[in-house]
Amino acid sequence: MPARSPALPRRAAPAIPAGLRREQLLELYHYVRLTRSLEERLANLYRQGKVIGGLFRSLGQEADSVGSAYALDRSAGDFLSPLIRNLGSMLVQGAEPLAILRQYMAKAASPSRGRELNIHFGDLEKGYIGQISHLGDMVPVMAGVTLSFKMRGERRVGLVYVGDGAMSTGTFHEGINFAAVQRLPLVVVAEQNGYAYSTPVRKQTAVERLVDKAAAYGVHGDSADGNDLLAVYAVTKRAVDRARAGEGVTLVELRTYRRKGHAEHDDQSYVPEEELAYWARNDPVDAYRRQLEESGWAGPEELLAAEARIDEELDRAVALAEAEPFPEPESALDGVCAGPPAAERPWYRGRGG
Amino acid sequence: MAEVTYLEALRQGLREEMRRDERVFILGEDVGAYGGAFKVTEGFYEEFGEARVIDTPISEAAIVGAAAGAAHMGLRPVAEMQFIDFISCAYDMLTNYVATARYRAGLPTPIVVRGPCGGYVRGGPFHSQNPEAAFLHTPGLKIVCPATARDAKGLIKAAIRDDDPVLYFEHKFLYRRIKEALPEDGDLLTPIGKARIAREGRDLSIITYSAMVWKALEAAEILEREDGLAVEVLDLRTLVPMDDDAIVATVEKTNKVMIVHEDTRTGGVAGEIAARINERAFEWLDGPVLRVTAADVPLPYAPTLEDYVLPQTADVVAVARRLAAY
Repeated sequence: MPARSPALPRRAAPAIPAGLRREQLLELYHYVRLTRSLEERLANLYRQGKVIGGLFRSLGQEADSVGSAYALDRSAGDFLSPLIRNLGSMLVQGAEPLAILRQYMAKAASPSRGRELNIHFGDLEKGYIGQISHLGDMVPVMAGVTLSFKMRGERRVGLVYVGDGAMSTGTFHEGINFAAVQRLPLVVVAEQNGYAYSTPVRKQTAVERLVDKAAAYGVHGDSADGNDLLAVYAVTKRAVDRARAGEGVTLVELRTYRRKGHAEHDDQSYVPEEELAYWARNDPVDAYRRQLEESGWAGPEELLAAEARIDEELDRAVALAEAEPFPEPESALDGVCAGPPAAERPWYRGRGG
Repeated sequence: MAEVTYLEALRQGLREEMRRDERVFILGEDVGAYGGAFKVTEGFYEEFGEARVIDTPISEAAIVGAAAGAAHMGLRPVAEMQFIDFISCAYDMLTNYVATARYRAGLPTPIVVRGPCGGYVRGGPFHSQNPEAAFLHTPGLKIVCPATARDAKGLIKAAIRDDDPVLYFEHKFLYRRIKEALPEDGDLLTPIGKARIAREGRDLSIITYSAMVWKALEAAEILEREDGLAVEVLDLRTLVPMDDDAIVATVEKTNKVMIVHEDTRTGGVAGEIAARINERAFEWLDGPVLRVTAADVPLPYAPTLEDYVLPQTADVVAVARRLAAY
């Protein structure tokens, strides 16, 4: 037997599941860690009053956003539409932390030029469309996006996020029903995170599991533990493959937990303490990191190095975004329509003010 | 030059655009094999196939939302509301999603949402509405209201080619009641945002749109015959963007102006037009800006009730006489 370094695991590393490669496991770790770290930076900026509006955390839900978005094929032009707690999915699709920071701080150079809040923005080139605050509305819109794929014979897939709250809306129903009838290549990811603002799931719906609703629309249903990153990837990948093969819509339920309030101002007085403690012990980022190390898929040095790279990138991005200006006031008037290019300036309002 | 109805002119415009541009497609309830509740898309399913003439579930929000999503990706959807009354089911999608898309996210959303509006057909409260005021108030949506067969065709073609979302309100009373000779070849386009003088006059102006253009023209005939008044009728054709120059020009010309619309009075389009005249042409006025509109009630069914509530030619004549007396 040749001599072996004692730092290497004694047994051969277990096979990597779901057809993933080792580099991909590290990439997945990059995205969950980046999501967590970026939100921590945002929380600091929020406390300093530099985030102008509310801050919406996905603490404890990072794995479901990242694992599901990672199942799409960016090179094929797949598309997604996130909800407020799917920052991780946008990062996977190529959104830059700097763009997120600018957006939260309402900077002129933000993707929406200071017109919209938080992660409400999109990028047609990178393949994501920003949500609006009216829950459920993105389901019909993504039905339209995937209708265009079908009409043009493109083998592209769309993914839209909803939560236990959004699934109570009329637009969710209309959108998934339309997509089901048209057999569109759409994956509907239902995140069950326990609460919609303060309302627990049992007051939101009478079904036992959100995926039970799949039967009502005649679509395939599947589910996974939303805090198990690789399980999330695997279940979403199956749905994406079905969609690409022309087998229509899948409703995927991911069960996870929202460990912060609806937004940063919300003290979660309505949540039992033991519930929070239970889910803190079930942290998806820690669990995935442990899984990588214990399975021998990644060594401690490369994980630390990955974390250091994220910290450096965020240091730079925060400094840059903080130094940038707000938008020019009169820029508020342009771009409502393609034509005319700007709204009329009130006659009593001087230029620049 | 063949004579075509308002409905046939609309159908021609849609068909020409679908033949010209393969990105154009239609979606709505019963628009496919059945050809639409009013047969606007009759023959389209056979010509263009089910992929481009899509029968949808009864889901106005999904129809508009899916149109928006497809438009983001470069297609040119035309969504039909079976009766325009049902557009309120898509109000959220239109006002919150579609109207804001370019401003907040730079998303191109070139969709047309069209459907039959209007009363005088004994349709009752839910098959007779005129919803333009609700959308006039929402920045980001264009609104066109053709009154003639020529504009029914010219405006649908312009709406489909426009890079912004356009609401196209076609009046169902006019569908088969008016005819016009239209050129059979060539591109008939009515520019969005340009009003039309439907009748020249110098004594007073009636600013109006859609089916009320015909009531105004009837009234103008009577006023000329019985009162010797030369009444100008301005057909707005587009409500957003509104042709302020044409409005100011007619005020400066006749110095007396009234506004006629079929929609109810309070919060209606007439109030907005009057405010613009007040701001831009106050010095030119020789009398108050008067309105003829429906009464502020849901539109009732019985002929005696509907006729009482909706504007009639005699109302236009009576108000014009009062205005002329200033």
